Amino acid sequence: MGLTGIQIFKLLPKTNCKECGSPTCLAFAMALAGGKAELDKCPYVSDEAKATLSEASAPPIRGVKIGEKKIGEELVFYRHEKTFINPTAIACLVTDEMDDAEVDAKINNLNTVTFERVGLELSADLLAIRNASGDAGKFEALVKKALGATEKGLILMSDNVDALEAGAKAANGKGALLYAATADNCDKVAAIAKENGASVVAKGGSVEEVSNFTSKIVAAGVKDIVLDCGATDLKSMFYNDNQVRRAALKAKNRDLGFPTIDLICDMTDDPYKEAMLANVAIAKYAGIIVMSDIDKERMLPLFVQRLNIYTDPQRPMVMDEGIYEINKPGPDSPVIITTNFALTYFIVAAEIEASRVPTWLLIMDVEGMSVLTAWSAGKFVADAMAPFVVKSGIKDKISHNKIIIPGYVAQISGEFQEELGSEWEVVIGTREASDLPAFLKAL
Amino acid sequence: MAFSALTEKYSGKMGTLTIGSGDQAVTVGGQATMPFATFDGELPNKPLIAMEVYDVVDPEWPAAVVDPFKDVINDPIAWAKKNISEYGAKAICLQLASTDPNGENKDAAYAADLVGKMLAAIDVPLLVWGSGNVEKDAEVLAKVCEVNEGKNLLVGPAVEENYKKIAAACLGYGHAVVSQSPIDVNMAKQMNILISNLGLPMEKIIMEPSTGALGYGVEYSYSVMERISLAALAQNDDKMQAPIINDLGKECWKAREVKLTEEEEPSFGPDMEKRGVLWEATTGIDMLLSGSNLLIMRNPKAVKLVEECIDELMA
Repeated sequence: MGLTGIQIFKLLPKTNCKECGSPTCLAFAMALAGGKAELDKCPYVSDEAKATLSEASAPPIRGVKIGEKKIGEELVFYRHEKTFINPTAIACLVTDEMDDAEVDAKINNLNTVTFERVGLELSADLLAIRNASGDAGKFEALVKKALGATEKGLILMSDNVDALEAGAKAANGKGALLYAATADNCDKVAAIAKENGASVVAKGGSVEEVSNFTSKIVAAGVKDIVLDCGATDLKSMFYNDNQVRRAALKAKNRDLGFPTIDLICDMTDDPYKEAMLANVAIAKYAGIIVMSDIDKERMLPLFVQRLNIYTDPQRPMVMDEGIYEINKPGPDSPVIITTNFALTYFIVAAEIEASRVPTWLLIMDVEGMSVLTAWSAGKFVADAMAPFVVKSGIKDKISHNKIIIPGYVAQISGEFQEELGSEWEVVIGTREASDLPAFLKAL
Repeated sequence: MAFSALTEKYSGKMGTLTIGSGDQAVTVGGQATMPFATFDGELPNKPLIAMEVYDVVDPEWPAAVVDPFKDVINDPIAWAKKNISEYGAKAICLQLASTDPNGENKDAAYAADLVGKMLAAIDVPLLVWGSGNVEKDAEVLAKVCEVNEGKNLLVGPAVEENYKKIAAACLGYGHAVVSQSPIDVNMAKQMNILISNLGLPMEKIIMEPSTGALGYGVEYSYSVMERISLAALAQNDDKMQAPIINDLGKECWKAREVKLTEEEEPSFGPDMEKRGVLWEATTGIDMLLSGSNLLIMRNPKAVKLVEECIDELMA
């Protein structure tokens, strides 16, 4: 959607005042076109130019915030081209026909099911509240209850515009997402959203139907839109999410330049199958997925999948440097040293855990490289490792003096021994992590 | 702006691979689109899942792994038959774990004989997988090929250090080979070139780009496979047009997220079977979404979940 430098230049004051930091307006225009400067740097640019330029530089898929969770802004189809930006939001469904105990249990799961991984807290993001009863009062009561029960962002779902309005008022200022505006009621729903600081789902039976009225919602003053193109199963969901992204990125279709929502909870009653649909949605372009429950066993693989898909492929995941205790080690337990590449850590830690041998695992910061890469880059080498071992304080925790190095760097053992001195005995471990359990048990 | 559906057309298409012989033969690959993009072009063959059986199992395997097979776990042939008759396996992968020199170190003649017995006992295509020991696999798999001539087995993995012996045996005795490379697009291509230079045609090669389980590098495999697929389709690179296989069962079931009990890690939850099944099924669907044509999987429920997705997406 970007304008060329010359097109931008025509909108600038052309005074060459240099206040933006560029030598000329043309140079500034070129920098803007290349994404290397911000328009705000120019103190004299007209409002009209600002509007034109911000329109032109807006991301092809709008970023939408629901509560604190942002979705959208994706720029590519494949994660190797450029990192996927805002991980798919995972929502949990409650309805005003569930009894209190069920609602409480689901909200409790949403609030508390979290996993720690590579220093990150993995959790679900949103609560979807459905007006299944059709009763506006019941719906409003549940929205109010939810506001007191969770900090997560809310999706308010009703076919009844009055109920939607009652819910939106109750959640005024919380950045809720209203579900949904249709071709028939989009003016009314947009007005409610605007009034209450909410965003809006545009819902239709197909991508085409939805594309026909999003511009009306924008015209009514609501720019934060999420699309539901009416998928009812895996195949239609896959098709819709693919086509919406293509329309936004390839055809630059502004009417479809929004993140999507998939009501996976309505596509199947089988919790396993629901998890599979969620996997596909996360990999293939969904902005929000709504699930029937946030239970530990399904969310662990799902959250990890989302983390893996949305990880920056150029930058490896890293662990913090330090001493990791596996299987409750004591003074006699062996000490293993390896690098802080998260994959190396996970694989080594899993094998040690499986061995059930209590072990101290020393993780050294080598900027997230694997053992061999770090060794050849001169980072996992004797004169760097020895000071780390001393500084780590591991010596105070053990009553022996052995330190095990990965078999792949057996060649450094002599030099490492020299650097560490006679206080330590360097032992060469296995090349493959999978051989560690046998190795540890034989120690 | 009016919506019109956009389609992607590519100049190239993925090659095919046929395994098994006669009525039992199954073909994978041949797609002219990225995974499951039925709206873009032709995907003539569904991805296939081979259910794996081991000739020796690790005593540390969690109950969720063992339970579906506990009556047959010490008999790979009975296990394979159960996979087919009870769990609907469309192909079997025999994992020759007992040939590992660090384990039971059984010899090549034993392996070749077991493969022969397996072939006689089952009516679906057979994959034969080595223990992963480079030198031993060369010896074992070459013998398996020789003794079971003409059965069009899929044999592997052949890696840079042992491909000559394994691929030559496949060429000589009428089998297909798995070309394995360490999570790198160029290495994958290089392996295909090396193997086809021996005389084995591309339609007898399938690539194993090294498979990371969910949480253990799945994203690396995922992106390498997407790049391989795009090279084959968009750049029409004929040395990248071998279908893709992922040996994922064994990777998934050793993850700590699968193995740890709730006592050991309370945040993971009590239902270990559910965790394990979904760990494997999630890895499986991720591999298919990034371009795989053939998965080697273990748990029957996980297989069924992934097969249901395949059927619906290809419908």
